[in-house]
Amino acid sequence: MAHISLTEGLPGIRGPMTFSPETTKPLAELAQVLLTGPHTLTPAEREMIATYVSSQNDCLYCQSCHGSTAAQHLGGKDGDYEFIAEMKRDFEGTSLSPKMKALLNIAGKVQQGGKNVTTSDVERARREGATDKEIHDTVLIAAAFCMFNRYVDGLGTWQPSDPEIYREIGQQTSSQGYVKRDYGKPLEAIAAKQRGANS
Amino acid sequence: MAHIQLPEGLPGIVGPLTYSPETARPLLLLAETLLRGPNTLTSAEREMIAAHVSYRNECNFCQLSHGAAAAAHLKGNYDLVEQIKINPESAAVSDKLKALLAVAGKVQQGGKQVLSEDITRARQQGATDKEIHDTVLIAAAFCMYNRYVDGLATFQPLGREAYHDMGEQLAHEGYVRDRFQDEQQAAQA
Repeated sequence: MAHISLTEGLPGIRGPMTFSPETTKPLAELAQVLLTGPHTLTPAEREMIATYVSSQNDCLYCQSCHGSTAAQHLGGKDGDYEFIAEMKRDFEGTSLSPKMKALLNIAGKVQQGGKNVTTSDVERARREGATDKEIHDTVLIAAAFCMFNRYVDGLGTWQPSDPEIYREIGQQTSSQGYVKRDYGKPLEAIAAKQRGANS
Repeated sequence: MAHIQLPEGLPGIVGPLTYSPETARPLLLLAETLLRGPNTLTSAEREMIAAHVSYRNECNFCQLSHGAAAAAHLKGNYDLVEQIKINPESAAVSDKLKALLAVAGKVQQGGKQVLSEDITRARQQGATDKEIHDTVLIAAAFCMYNRYVDGLATFQPLGREAYHDMGEQLAHEGYVRDRFQDEQQAAQA
């Protein structure tokens, strides 16, 4: 049971987003600017930063959605989902570029608290070729997910564990982005389960 | 020295907002909606939630700027703002606001720290679903703004006096002001 009365059957942030359209507008626009569109970091890389921070914050819904969106950007195969799981566990041990590892290190520091980002963290990123904009956007993506994760968990939202639900969300988001979406629309993976339960 | 090259002399979040206008737009629209939009919580109450969370996150710029904005809404009552930051339970505010500040403090530690009994307490003091929702989102949003400001090691003036005029401006003119007018006109055309 969520802490406030939210529409039944909408997982994670979709409940509060439907509850409060006036705050959803800037929240969706922020995600759109940070995670989609032209950038020197690919959408998959930016979604990985979001996924890693959400996993450090132990937010099941956000790490599953953004992990799935990242995997879909990478091709959507089982191996892509396995890579994202590995990235969450130990990004330093993956085949990611040294620049991405340095940026994920900064994101992890932001998750602990802004003051934890040290000059040597930033120097490492710069040595690996990160630009000011890439460092700025990494800090803001990490900070933004410290918000989204708290929003989702702080209201006690429903966070299912079925991977099919997150596969559908990842497919939607990787192709449609975050704005001009109907977050109140039931997900097919959830509707199918309910039909199965009722028959 | 900030971690990236920001425009000189701009304090706190103003540097990164100027550096990155495309992200500034949703960040400022969110603050305007949360802190000044139509609400059964006054802007003073909502700024106090922002100042309390920023104090707990030890973000100098945000706690002083939103503390000043709260004080501007409260006819300059900085003593109350200081109490709210440090020990809201003993402050001279409503039991409902105390309960909401307790929820905000839990959100600051982590979303899962908010317990049913925290919500029950807020409800017993008359808090509505929207007030609880907005409290959680204000607290969560300041966990973002605080990390943005500190994570880039922005320039942050010390002392309450440096924030007085900013507080007046935020309280009375808001967060968007004359920004994004071109876009607003384009949207209307």
